[in-house]
Amino acid sequence: MVTIENLHKKFGKNQVLSGVDLNISEGGIFAVLGPNGSGKTTLIKSVLGMVIPDKGNITVLGENIKKNSEYRHKIDYLPQIANFPSNLRVKELIKMIKDLRKPTNEDERLIELFRLEPFLDKKLGNLSGGTKQKVNLVLTFMFDSPLIILDEPTTGLDPISLIRLKDLIKAEKAKGKTVLITSHIMSFVEEISDEIVFILEGKIYFKGTIQKLKTKTNQPDFEHAIASILTDNHA
Amino acid sequence: MKNIKITLLILVALLANRNGFAYQIEVCKTCPISTLSDGIAQAKDFDTITIKKGTYKEHNVIVNKPLTIIGENYPIIDGELKGEIITIISDNVTIDGLFIINVGTSYTEDYAAVRIKNSKNFKIQNLVLEKLFFGIYIEKSRDGKVFHNKIIGEAVEEYNSGNGIQLWYSKNIQIEHNFVQHVRDGIYLEFSNFCTIKNNVSALNVRYGLHFMFSNDDLYEDNTFENNGAGVAVMFSKRIKMFNNTFKENWGTASYGLLLKEINDAEIEGNTFEDNTIGINVEGSNRINYKHNTFKENGWAIKVKGACYTNIFTENNFLYNSFDIAYNSKVNDNAFDKNYWSSYTGYDLDKNGIGDIPYRPVKLFSYIVNRTPETIILLRSMFIDIIDFSEKVSPVFTPDDLLDNNPQIKKRKW
Amino acid sequence: MLKILKYSFYDLMRSRWSYVYFAFYLLLGVVLLFLNNDLSKAVITLMNVIIVLVPLIGTIFGVMYYYNSQEFTELLLAQPIKRSSIFLGQYLGVALSLSMSLILGLGIPFVFYGLFESSAIWDFSLLLITGTFLTLIFTALAFNIALSNENKIKGFGYAILLWLFLAVIYDGLFLMTLILFEDYPLDKVSLIGTMLNPIDLSRTLILLKLDISALLGYTGAVFKQFFGTSFGLIVSFVMLTIWIVMPVLRIIFKSKKKDF
Repeated sequence: MVTIENLHKKFGKNQVLSGVDLNISEGGIFAVLGPNGSGKTTLIKSVLGMVIPDKGNITVLGENIKKNSEYRHKIDYLPQIANFPSNLRVKELIKMIKDLRKPTNEDERLIELFRLEPFLDKKLGNLSGGTKQKVNLVLTFMFDSPLIILDEPTTGLDPISLIRLKDLIKAEKAKGKTVLITSHIMSFVEEISDEIVFILEGKIYFKGTIQKLKTKTNQPDFEHAIASILTDNHA
Repeated sequence: MKNIKITLLILVALLANRNGFAYQIEVCKTCPISTLSDGIAQAKDFDTITIKKGTYKEHNVIVNKPLTIIGENYPIIDGELKGEIITIISDNVTIDGLFIINVGTSYTEDYAAVRIKNSKNFKIQNLVLEKLFFGIYIEKSRDGKVFHNKIIGEAVEEYNSGNGIQLWYSKNIQIEHNFVQHVRDGIYLEFSNFCTIKNNVSALNVRYGLHFMFSNDDLYEDNTFENNGAGVAVMFSKRIKMFNNTFKENWGTASYGLLLKEINDAEIEGNTFEDNTIGINVEGSNRINYKHNTFKENGWAIKVKGACYTNIFTENNFLYNSFDIAYNSKVNDNAFDKNYWSSYTGYDLDKNGIGDIPYRPVKLFSYIVNRTPETIILLRSMFIDIIDFSEKVSPVFTPDDLLDNNPQIKKRKW
Repeated sequence: MLKILKYSFYDLMRSRWSYVYFAFYLLLGVVLLFLNNDLSKAVITLMNVIIVLVPLIGTIFGVMYYYNSQEFTELLLAQPIKRSSIFLGQYLGVALSLSMSLILGLGIPFVFYGLFESSAIWDFSLLLITGTFLTLIFTALAFNIALSNENKIKGFGYAILLWLFLAVIYDGLFLMTLILFEDYPLDKVSLIGTMLNPIDLSRTLILLKLDISALLGYTGAVFKQFFGTSFGLIVSFVMLTIWIVMPVLRIIFKSKKKDF
C-alpha cells in the first residue's frame, strides 16, 4: 500500500526524519505514534506530498509520488487543524471539495451521522472547533478512497461524535481499506488500531501489534508500554 | 453752406475726371499685352492692370508707378527660381489676387515673392505664395496693409529658408488675416514700429510663428501660433501689446509659446497657452503685466531666467501644468496675485473665494530639473511630492517671498 | 487551476475588504467627478492614487490572503491538485478581485459621467490598465514574500518595506544618483532606472499622457526617442509584463520546493 524507503528530512538545522523505512500493507488500521516533535506529522505529510523529502522514496499503491499529484485521488486526508476559508458556508465548502475531487453522495449520510444539518448554511468562520472538526470529518470520509490518513481525528469531538467516528473508522476497515492515524489519546489508539508504528528521533523504533509491544517492553498495558519506551530512551 | 456744396461738386467732378483718364489695362496670354512687365511699362500712374487667368513666367518685375494690379481667377506668376518676382518701389500700389510661385533661393540676397521698398500706402492682399524663399518683404515703408494672404513654404532648415512676411525699418503696417505655414519665421519685424498684427494663423514654421527684433509700440492680437519651432519671440523691444492670442503645441527642447528677451513695458492679456513645452520663457524683462491669461497643460507655464523686475501676474489661470513657475535664482521682484492655480491644495473656510493659505508656485523639483534635466523622469513621484512639500514648508532653494497671497478657489472667467 | 481561481475569487468577493476597497474607489470616483467637476484634475488625482495605493493594497492584500488561507491551502494540498495550480489560482483570485474592485469602482462613476463621449477616455483607460498591471505585479510580489516567510509578522513587515522601497525610497536613491552623476550623460541610466521599478514604470507610462509637453523639453536623443514615439509605450508595457511574469515564475518554482 505505502512503501517508504530511507526517508530523510531536515528543517533548517533540525533533522526530523533520518532514514525511515516503512512498509504498510493493504487493509487494517495503523497508528503512528511518537513523542512531540518525533516526526509523525512530517512523515504523514511526506506521504501526502506536502513535505518534500531531502532523500528517499515513497510509493503509494505502486506509484512514486515525486512530482505527481494524481495519486492523491486514492487518499483521503484529515488535517490536524481544520481552518477553512471563513467566508464560505459549510454547504459551499462540501460542494467545492466535491467539485475539486469527484462527485459523491456519501456526504449526505455523513452530515446526518454527525448531525450537521443545522450548520449547513452557516459560515465556517462562525463555527465552534468541534463543529469544524465534524465538517472536516465529512470532507475526509465522503470519498471512497483506498487509503485514509487521519491526523489527530479526535480533537474537539464530544463523546457521542467520538463513538460515531470509531464506528466509521471500523466500517472503513471492514471495507478492506488502509487507515493511518496519529493521536495522543492512547485509549483511542488501543481500541482501534491493529498495528502500531512508533517513531523516535526520526526513525521507526517499533512496528507491530499492541500485543507485541507489550511483550517487547514487558509491560501489562499499552499506556505503560509507551511510557517505558520513552523513559528508557531518555534515561 | 452754398460754398461748401459747390466745392464738393467740383471735387467729385475732378475725381470723376481723373478716373476717366485712368486706363484699364488687360494682360492675358493672347492679348496684345501678354506679360505683367509689359503691362506696367504701358501703364500710366493710377491705372489698373487686370491679369487674366494663365501662367506668366516672369521675374524681376519692377512696379515703379502707383498702380493697381489685380489678378482674375488667380493667374500664376512663375518666377522659375530665377530670383525676386515683384518689386514695388512706388507709393500707392495695390496688388490683389495673384498666385506667385518659384522664388529663387540665394545665400547672398533675400529674394522675395513681393518686395515693397521705400513705399507708402501700399496694399497687398489675396495673394497665394508658394515655393518661396521670402514671401512679402517690406523695407523702409509705411502705412501699408497686408491682408488675406496665404503663404505656404517648404522650409526644413533655418539657414536656407526665408520668412513669410518680413518688415524691416517700417512703420504703421497692418497685417491681418494672413495664413503662414512652413517658412522660417511666419512674420518677422525688425526695427518696425506701430504695426498691428491681427487674426493671423502662423503654424508649422521652422523657427518662430512671429518674431520681433528691436521693434516698439506694436500690437498683435487674436492670432493663432501653433506647432512652430517656437510660437512667438519678442526680443529687445518695448511697449508691445499682446492680446488674446493662442499659443499651442510648440513642443521641443528649446520650444516655447512665447519668448520674452530684454522686453520692457509690455502688456500680455487674455492669451491662451496650451500644450507648450514652455508657455512663456522670460529673460531679462521688466514691468510687464500678465493678466487674464490661461496656461493649460504646458510643461512649464512660465520660466523666469535672469533678472526680471516688477512684473505683475494677476488673475491668470494656471491649469494642470507640469510646473507652474520656474525660477533659476532665489531673488524675486515680481508679484503674483489673485491667480487660479489648479494644483492649489489649500482651503477657503471663510468662503470668500480666496484660499486661506498662500500658494507657492515654484516647486523645489523645478529647481532640481533645472540643474539635472534627466530627473524630469521622476515627475509626480511620491518622493518628489514629499521633498516639494518640505520645501513648501520652509523654502531653502526657491525664493521664499514668491507667493500668491490670494489664490482663487475657482477658475477665473472673464 | 481555474477551479481554485474561481473559489478564491468567490471567497474574496464575499470578503468585507473587497467591498471596502470597491467602495473607496467608487467614492473617490464620485467625489472627483461630480463634486469637483473637473476632469483633468480628476485624472491627475487618480494617477497619484493609483501609483501609491494600488501597490500598497496589492501587497498587503496578497500577504494577508496568503496567511489567512494557509490552513485551507493545506487542505487543498492534500487533494489531487498540482501545487502550481493551487498557488497560481489563489494568486489570480486575489489579483483579479482587486483589479475588479478598481475597475468597477472607478469605472461606474466614469460611465455615469459620460466617459464614452469624453476626450479623457484614453487617459482614463490608461489609468485603469496601469492600475491592473500594478495589482498583478504587487500581488505576485506579495505571494513571493509570503511563500518565503513562514512568520506572518515578518511577511507583513517585508511587504510594507517592499512597498515603501519601491514607492518612495527607490526614487530618492534614484534622484541622488542622477544628481551625483549629473556631469555624465544620464538619459539611458534614467530610463533603465525607471524600468527596474514597476511603480516608476507605471508613472512614466502615465507621464507620457499627462506631461508630454514637459518631457519633450529634455534634450537627450534617447529620451526623445522614448517619449516622442510609441516606442516608450511599447517598451513600458513589455517591461510591465516581464514584471508580472518573473514573480509568477518564482511563485511556481518556490511552491514546488516548499514544505507545508
